[in-house]
Parts: sequence; structure tokens; C-alpha cells
Amino acid sequence: MDLALDIGSWILLTLGGVSVLIGGIGALRMPDLYSRMHAASVTDSMGAILIILGVMLQAGLSLATIKLAAILLFLLFTSPTASNALASAALLAGNKPRAEVPDTPETSQ
Amino acid sequence: MIKRILLLAVLLVLAWLLWSGLYKPLLLGLGVFSCLLTLYVVRRMGYFDNEVFALRYNLRLVGFWGWLGREIVKSSIEVAQIVLRPSLKVEPKVVALGADDLEPLDQALLGNSITLTPGTLTLDVHEGRILVHSLTAAGADAVLEGEMKRRVSALRQG
Amino acid sequence: MYYVVTIATFLTMALALIRAILGPSVYDRVLAVNMFGTKTVLLLSVIAFLYGRPDFLDLALAYALINFIGVLAVLEFFRARVARREAENREGA
Repeated sequence: MDLALDIGSWILLTLGGVSVLIGGIGALRMPDLYSRMHAASVTDSMGAILIILGVMLQAGLSLATIKLAAILLFLLFTSPTASNALASAALLAGNKPRAEVPDTPETSQ
Repeated sequence: MIKRILLLAVLLVLAWLLWSGLYKPLLLGLGVFSCLLTLYVVRRMGYFDNEVFALRYNLRLVGFWGWLGREIVKSSIEVAQIVLRPSLKVEPKVVALGADDLEPLDQALLGNSITLTPGTLTLDVHEGRILVHSLTAAGADAVLEGEMKRRVSALRQG
Repeated sequence: MYYVVTIATFLTMALALIRAILGPSVYDRVLAVNMFGTKTVLLLSVIAFLYGRPDFLDLALAYALINFIGVLAVLEFFRARVARREAENREGA
């Protein structure tokens, strides 16, 4: 049982490390601001989920797990808010995306 | 309203007790002070007057998170492939998703969920219109197709 | 096994720093700093277990709070500056 937990958390942590790294590479390689934000979003959501889940498996049922869950929830609530603030501030400042911005709302569905 | 104040107070006190783990008079006093201060500030923000943050869609929200988690995994893999491709050709696309039939809170939830999945990014939410920047044309079409929007509005029903 | 994650996080922080130095716009730098902050939170949570010191988790949470508020404050500052410049342009025209 312990071994299974260890293996599971090892896999999660490694995958988390890989996705964090991919996001970092993407943030460096991508050609413009908005594409970079997509890459950063890989580290912010995917990396954070995997790493914190991996550490949670190590912590087991304890106060540390609750704290880790709180950290993960907080990160998942705030990181889209921060990216949103960043994107809309950049858009307002005239930082144009490399695609045309539609004026009229298209109907969904 | 009284119920909501009491609920928040209990949550705050529990959070303080769990977090500090020290039960000295000074720290407990500081805890009482911060809980009361938080309640006062939150009340001044008008949190208790109207239902801003509904705790009531509890269980269905968990199901939504599960679905969102799967979406995050799927689109992370796609974005990772784009990032690691040597040629690095990206053709971003910006689309507008009409969402004025959703409540303001649900619009925020939808916008945040779109941002949280890699590959799509909410640029702006204004007057019921969500501007979405997508790394690929396929991602933009998936947003316009509106499965996420359907799931968000389904949270409200019942 | 924590070392893999720690090294990956450190590398990403270095990449984020390079992006912050390269810029080119102020928003790229804010993005890089925000990413750096999130990685710090993850790093602190991993270090808490690497060294067996759970109190690092409190630091991680505090850092997450500070990072979020800091990024929002910086963005608000730049937005106010853009708005003021636009208002001045309109007066001048």
C-alpha cells in the first residue's frame, strides 16, 4: 500500500515537474504575449495540480494535506484572475493579439 | 442573513484554529480580532445582502471540477505538443462568446474556467460578451461550440 | 524523488527570469514575474516535504497571497497610467 502510494506520488511529481518545465520553455519560446500566456497556463494549472497532488499523497491524512488543498484551491482561483487582469490590461494598453478581434458577438451553439 | 454570518464566522474560526495550531491567549485574542475584522469588512462589501457566492451548488460543482480537470489534462497535452514542436508555428484566433444569458457570477466562472484550461484564454468579459484568445483554431471552435457554457449554466438549474 | 521536481522548478524559474529580462513589453515581464511567484509557491510546498518541515506550507500560502495581490496591484498601476495618458491625448487633440 505504501509502495503504491509512493509510486503514485512519484509519477505525479515527475509529470508535474515535466509540465512545469514545458510551460517555462513555452513562455520563453512563444512569439507573442498572448501565446506566452497559454504556455504559462500549463505551469499554472497543470503543473500546480500535479505537484500538489503528488505531495498530498506523501502527506497522507494530516493537517498538511488540508493546507496543501487550501494552497491548490487558492492557486486555481487566483491564477485565472491574474491572467485575466493581465490580458485585459495588455489589451487596453493597445497590445494587439496576432489575430483579428471580432466586434460583434457570434452566437454560440 | 444571520445564518450566512454565522456560517462564515464558524469557517473563519476553524481556519484560524487549524492554521495556527498554537493556543496561547495572545494568539487566540489575535484570532478573535481578525475574525471580527474580516466579518466587518466583508459586511461592508455587501456580501451578506445579496447572494454573491453561492455555497449551494456544492455537489454539482465537484462534478464540474472533475470534468474541468479532464479538460485541463487534455488541452495541456495539446499545448505541450505545440510548445515542443521545433517549427513553433502558432496561428492564434480570437472569438467572442455571447454569454449575456448567464448570471454575472456564472459569467465569471465560465471566464475563469476558459482561462484555466491551457490553450484558451479569456481576454475580456464585458457586457455579457467573453472575448476568448485561442492558441489554435480548433480550440476556438470548441469554445464557440459551447459545451463548457452548457455545463456552467447547468450548475444553476434545480 | 523530490529532487526531480525541485530541479525542474528551479529551471523554470530561471527561464521565467530570462523572459522577464528579455521583455519586450511590460506585460511580458509581469507574466514572467507571476509565473516565478507561482513556481515559488510550488517549490516551497515541495521543500516542506523534502526537509520535513511542514511549517513551510504556511510560507507557501502567504507567498501565494502576496504574489496575487502584488501582480494585481502592479497591473492596476499600469492601467491607471494608460488611462491617464489617453485622457491627456484627448485633451491635447
